[in-house]
Amino acid sequence: MAESSKDVTPRPEAGDVTAPSVYTSLIEPRTGIAEVVAPIAGFGVTFSNLFRPVVTEQYPFERVPTQPRYHGRHQLNRYADGLEKCIGCELCAWVCPADAIYVEGADNTPDEQFSPGERYGRVYQINYLRCIFCALCIEACPTRALTMTNEFELAGPTRAGLIYEKHDLLAPMGEGMLAAPHPMAPSTTDTDYYLGAVTGTTPEQTAWVAEHRPEDPTLPAASRTASRTASTTAATTAATTAAGETR
Amino acid sequence: MTTTTSKPSTGILATPPAAAASPLDPATAVTFSIDGIEMAVPKGTLVIRAAEQLGIAIPRFCDHPLLAPVGACRQCLVEVWAPGRDGKLAKMPKPQPSCTLEATPGMAVKTQLTSAESDKAQHGVIEMLLINHPLDCPVCDKGGECPLQNQAMSNGRGQSRFVDIKRTFPKPIAISTQILLDRERCILCQRCTRFSKEIAGDPFIDLQKRGSSQQIGRFDTGILGYATGGPVGESRFADLPIGPAELVDSSGAPFASYFSGNTVQICPVGALTSAAYRFRSRPFDLVSTPGIAEHDSSGSAIRVDHRRGVVLRRLAGDDPAVNEEWITDKDRFAFAWQSAPDRLRTPFVRDAETGELTPASWPEALEVAAAGLAKAISAGTTPVGARGVGVLPGGRLTIEDAYAYSKFARVALGTNDIDLRSRPHSAEEEAFLASSIAGRPLDVTFADLERSPRVLLVALEAEEEAGVAFLRLRKGVLAGRTHVTSLAPFATRALDRLDGTLLAAAPGTEPEMLDAVATNAPEAELSALAAELGLDGALVLVGERLGAIPGGLSAVRRLADRTGARLAWIPRRAGERGGIEVGALPSLLPGGRPVAQAAARVDVAAVWGVDHLPEVPGRSVSAMLEAARTGSLAALVVGGVDVRDLPDPAAAREALAAVGFLVSLEVRPSEVTALADVVLPVAPPVEKPGTYLNWEGRPRPFPQALTSTAMSDHRVLDALADALGVTIGLRTLAEVHSELDELGAWDGERIEAPDVSAVEPPAIAPGHAVLATWHQLLDAGHLQDGEVFLAGTAKRPVARVSAATAAGVGVADGGLLDVSTDAGTVTLPVAVTAMGDHIVWLPTCSPGSEVRDTLRSGPGALVRLAAGTDLTVGTDSEVQS
Repeated sequence: MAESSKDVTPRPEAGDVTAPSVYTSLIEPRTGIAEVVAPIAGFGVTFSNLFRPVVTEQYPFERVPTQPRYHGRHQLNRYADGLEKCIGCELCAWVCPADAIYVEGADNTPDEQFSPGERYGRVYQINYLRCIFCALCIEACPTRALTMTNEFELAGPTRAGLIYEKHDLLAPMGEGMLAAPHPMAPSTTDTDYYLGAVTGTTPEQTAWVAEHRPEDPTLPAASRTASRTASTTAATTAATTAAGETR
Repeated sequence: MTTTTSKPSTGILATPPAAAASPLDPATAVTFSIDGIEMAVPKGTLVIRAAEQLGIAIPRFCDHPLLAPVGACRQCLVEVWAPGRDGKLAKMPKPQPSCTLEATPGMAVKTQLTSAESDKAQHGVIEMLLINHPLDCPVCDKGGECPLQNQAMSNGRGQSRFVDIKRTFPKPIAISTQILLDRERCILCQRCTRFSKEIAGDPFIDLQKRGSSQQIGRFDTGILGYATGGPVGESRFADLPIGPAELVDSSGAPFASYFSGNTVQICPVGALTSAAYRFRSRPFDLVSTPGIAEHDSSGSAIRVDHRRGVVLRRLAGDDPAVNEEWITDKDRFAFAWQSAPDRLRTPFVRDAETGELTPASWPEALEVAAAGLAKAISAGTTPVGARGVGVLPGGRLTIEDAYAYSKFARVALGTNDIDLRSRPHSAEEEAFLASSIAGRPLDVTFADLERSPRVLLVALEAEEEAGVAFLRLRKGVLAGRTHVTSLAPFATRALDRLDGTLLAAAPGTEPEMLDAVATNAPEAELSALAAELGLDGALVLVGERLGAIPGGLSAVRRLADRTGARLAWIPRRAGERGGIEVGALPSLLPGGRPVAQAAARVDVAAVWGVDHLPEVPGRSVSAMLEAARTGSLAALVVGGVDVRDLPDPAAAREALAAVGFLVSLEVRPSEVTALADVVLPVAPPVEKPGTYLNWEGRPRPFPQALTSTAMSDHRVLDALADALGVTIGLRTLAEVHSELDELGAWDGERIEAPDVSAVEPPAIAPGHAVLATWHQLLDAGHLQDGEVFLAGTAKRPVARVSAATAAGVGVADGGLLDVSTDAGTVTLPVAVTAMGDHIVWLPTCSPGSEVRDTLRSGPGALVRLAAGTDLTVGTDSEVQS
């Protein structure tokens, strides 16, 4: 300390007039042509980019697809016959670090069968004001009911509007799917559904819906495919069961 | 005596001293070590219990501190070294279950923490238990609070190695409408079957078959070797549940138990679930608040689990001094009434023009109520016409609310006309309560029930009217300490389970029988009973029904004085004992002070800061209602009173319609609110803090579980008093408590014990019978509204008569019997019962059998019997409504 204090220039007293020190750069001064173009050398990057392709995306006028595994809005999937995969187990809500998911389960009844097995998610809400798109919920989901889409346009004029309800999150009805509630495919269990043994709507299910909800818009298409897939479903179910027993 | 002295130790809210832990007797102490830690425990202590004391957690499923050890699940295996004959420590060849192993001197136990062998054994057991467990945790109600789930993680492998097909069973079997059984989840720990056998005494599902197909199973005549039909000597129509049950229990009858909900709570996996809570929630959703059950006078500790302002379930709390870990199904499942859609949310005032109740603001309603009451009070100065206000607080209030009613009546209304007894009652009962019950907290406790050598139940059907007290008595009986005698018309199934003796008495003859219990009685049975009631710790437990029998309570008092047995009064409702302590009776002021004594009035007036208190004796509920009916009482303030509970509901309805001004403080619309001029909504127990005083006199404080703007009665009454221009200063709980503390208990002279002589029982004409009746635990009460699964487990209403009486009327077992008075007829199926002739028993307030309403009479009254014809009464459909 004592040595270094010697190097310190004494502070000028008030009223002292000292000559201003001249600044000298530590960078070696350029010479020759470099010295001439130095003032405009910084524009080189700019000029070179003038001739490169434009990366600006003209969003929202032009939409560029996201990466395929982009974490976008959630989706609640369905089985091939239209039953919901969600069983209302709340594991997604449990694992959510942002506490963005709220689920209430309920009993499936013979008259109101929404998902294979005993339980379905009666209330399903995701609050996109809270969601951080970490996808832990997707990892937690035991039935692969919850996945993420690539949709990222999640903005809105109201806070309430950003709480997505179950009907906002449910996957659209696919080809030949029959809207829930309706019974499970005959002589299947929830395990068969999980293992993919049910590949489409069965005539029994379309008959049930025709009886209970004849006006259902998904009924005509489902009825057409049901007759086609009936034979293959039965065969697959039998094969799966047989495979299970011999395992 | 001019001022009171603060005596917290004897006050109404004084907490009882905790039982001193018994010091370890060095003569019988056992010194041994667990994981190298030396410890001394009393002889007979199980290793698993000793480990708990050290804070060493040994995994377990079947072990439960209140059930006998069984060693069924083998999860708690530990390595044990014990001194051999040569005195050297030798290792036991196999790991031992610590839940059945008593500590012995010099034993060295190594748990999974220090022994690789023990740890491996536990891993093996978990893996074996999980072989056939479906692992359907995502859809299982137990998921998140499941001992199997937790211990599979802490003491097992996180990943299953099992790849084969699991054994499955059809999904859930409804054992009753409330209890569902998933057999594939069961790990055969037998906690449920042991609870049913050791605690409740109800036949239940039981273990069946062997090996891998062993299961908790339903009754099967082929397996269990029973003949069809119920137990011998019992009517096939008695004690059946209302709801359909897929199963019959291990005795062959449909399963019916008032305690079945406890098995759901103690099941360590999700094999037993309740229909009401099924798939409703997850433990991490729930906020738990401790609470006290509002359904009976036991004051059972419960846990209220709620989510977003909705109560989803209630569980038994753990209070060794009161309910241990058990509660009745009513305490557990009947909570929907508190959040029923018809809850009163705003005050209502009757529109003068239309005559309809219209919603009003609080200031409006209080203004109208105060104006009406002020008019009624000022009319009191005129000698003719209607005058004065009567107060009927009802028997379900917390101490704080009952105290507010008591003070409001005396200070704001200037009257002693306050009576909480919305049930048959008598002046004799009032004198009995004032002399023998009020101001004597914790004279008899739950612990005394199980220690007592001899218990006489008088007009008390313990299982129906105080379920937890029944379990305590049964505990004493099973331990071989207690012998129960019941003075009742017939031996119920509950008395059988208490292994008790029946002292048969027709209703109305109880005083005669009680007086006959003497050491010099000619009947050996009675003299033996009298002698045993002289034993140390002998108890006489009196139900509230005895108050309606003239001379009954006088005779009980005489019996207790004669034999030296201690006396306890066990009412049905949660608020009765507390209300009596804080002066919600016409002749009592808070702390058991008699209104009749000037010193007591001065005492209370000093604390309340008023010059004097009214000294005119107050009127009972019946007298007030009669005065209101005949037009000599100008107004009534009514709390939570169900008109059907009153001794004469029809007359009460007339009185409520006739009274000039009626103020009702209610949670939900009732017959009283329908007739009221002003309705002030009050909070149900879950939305307010408060204190119940249970039948022991033990304060049972509970916090507010749900956030709510609803006000409790004491706050509404404080506001009403304000509107009347009187300050009673009971706005907050703290204010009420500080006043109660200041009042303390009364140490002066008490009211004389009653000495009323019994009336001669009426002569029985042919075709007539004496009516016996009491409430069933699950009945048509409004506090069970909105819970259909629970309603299905209620006992099916039956009329009980003896075989001879049934034959005399010409009705067979199961046939319909008309029981009628001039007022009406109750028609119920007959269950022929071993009981005295010319007695008929009916449930007091069950679907199809509302005795007070329909028959306008009570126990001891004469009724006509006839073979029934009406086939539409008492069917299932009524239960749902």
